[in-house]
Amino acid sequence: MKKVYTCIICPNGCEIEAEIEGTYVLSVKGHTCDKGETYVRQELTAPMRTIATSVRVEGGELPLASVRLTAPVPKEMIFPVMEQIKKLSLKAPVEAGTVILKGVCGLASDVVVTKHIKEFKHI
Amino acid sequence: MERKEAVIIGGGPAGLAAALKLWEKGIRDLLILEREDHLGGILRQCIHDGFGLGRFGKSLSGPEYAQAFIDEIIRNKIPYLTGAAVMGLTKDRQITVITREGVRRYEAKAVILAMGCKERSRGALGIPGERPAGVFTAGTAQAYMNLYNRMPAKEAVILGSGDIGMIMARRLTLEGAHVQAVFELMPHPSGLPRNIIQCLEDYKIPLYLSHTVTEIHGDARLTGVTVAEVDGHRKPIAGTEKRYDCDTLILSAGLIPDNQLSADAGVVLDSRTKGAVVDEHFQTSIPGVFAAGNVLHVHDLVDFVSMEAEALASDAADYIRGANFVPCTVRIRAGEGIGHIVPQKISAERDFRLSLRVRDHYKDCRIVVRQGGQTVASKKMKKAIPAEMIQMNIKAEKLQKEGELEVCVQ
Repeated sequence: MKKVYTCIICPNGCEIEAEIEGTYVLSVKGHTCDKGETYVRQELTAPMRTIATSVRVEGGELPLASVRLTAPVPKEMIFPVMEQIKKLSLKAPVEAGTVILKGVCGLASDVVVTKHIKEFKHI
Repeated sequence: MERKEAVIIGGGPAGLAAALKLWEKGIRDLLILEREDHLGGILRQCIHDGFGLGRFGKSLSGPEYAQAFIDEIIRNKIPYLTGAAVMGLTKDRQITVITREGVRRYEAKAVILAMGCKERSRGALGIPGERPAGVFTAGTAQAYMNLYNRMPAKEAVILGSGDIGMIMARRLTLEGAHVQAVFELMPHPSGLPRNIIQCLEDYKIPLYLSHTVTEIHGDARLTGVTVAEVDGHRKPIAGTEKRYDCDTLILSAGLIPDNQLSADAGVVLDSRTKGAVVDEHFQTSIPGVFAAGNVLHVHDLVDFVSMEAEALASDAADYIRGANFVPCTVRIRAGEGIGHIVPQKISAERDFRLSLRVRDHYKDCRIVVRQGGQTVASKKMKKAIPAEMIQMNIKAEKLQKEGELEVCVQ
């Protein structure tokens, strides 16, 4: 069976035509790098996604610190992961790069802060 | 009036990259002016990942991409002012800026325009109907959610399939809102294919092409929108109207370079890009005034914004040191199938990079650059879509010193 995938690994968004049988990829064409082939195999068996969201910060110059996952998680785990992240809160100051939750939902992915948030100071 | 070698208007990705490159080239008497309280521009609210694959070889969030540049600005102690809104620019490169300490004036040898772009608003789209609360541009909704911790919607409809609109469809869904659909006026999506997959299909949000919002309903708050199919001339087809009940309409229907200051100064603008007409040095019609990034033409990837600003800064540094540029008298014209091109004029004496967008969807096509009937460059494309900016390197050795260049799709 032929199936067309749009690769989401990079903005090129290669259209990849895959010949598949069950969960086996027989051949792929249209990809411009190896990541495309890996993507199709992964997508066919167990699609993975990263997500980005934010976490409440107390006493910061902004009320939120943006966070992201350090590695993709199974697609069906997106909402359970969001639920876990929603329970987190931080106190300013917050440094980008700080891991605030290791192995979210028992997966091989951490929640990392992506923005510095300074303490709020009255001018 | 304080004199500076270079003043950079805008502390977003273009401005930061330009400042760092100028610094590296030895230009130390420079100043970045940023109207927000922080450097970083729009990247601060783009918390999703996917930035920096071209530049850093890994997928970063917007704030991380910006911080990589800001760290360098701080490490080098490059001067910048935040909370500093430029109110005026003249053709003599005099700048009036409102700061927390009052009004300041600068006169710069080189002015770098790096103000970015703005979103097409409801007023600009001319959607008829009531004027309730609940109609936001995608970027405004993004600022509410990602910067200020405010949830703008429970039941949302999105008009326009721009990248920010699709990214907000996902963002709203992750935070518990229901996004009913994305409607696109054109027969093809305007954002990147990967966002259709990872922002819409992943969350089962339908995308309807050749559809538009024809009426907005509601008194104090939006209660719904009427949507209709459109014909080949983008006119709503009578009888196809359907009402969608919702409390929020998100608009993602195009970005326009923000050139109010440039226009006030008398910079000649291109009606296609809505940015300045520039030469191969990214110099505008006013000598010493340069432009790069989204203020010049809207980019799809920030990595290209940074690269463009660096190319600008290399040449601006030469200009500041008194280099005489070869006059750029050879025009480049957007021909058949081409939406716009940058730069619009060149000297034909040095290699340059041509940036362009196509007007329509093409498969197995060729982008061809011709001069006087001769093909001087061509690029084979498996697919070319308006959502993706295309770049080509053009060699000077192929060019004649006279005669217009025409770019077209074959």
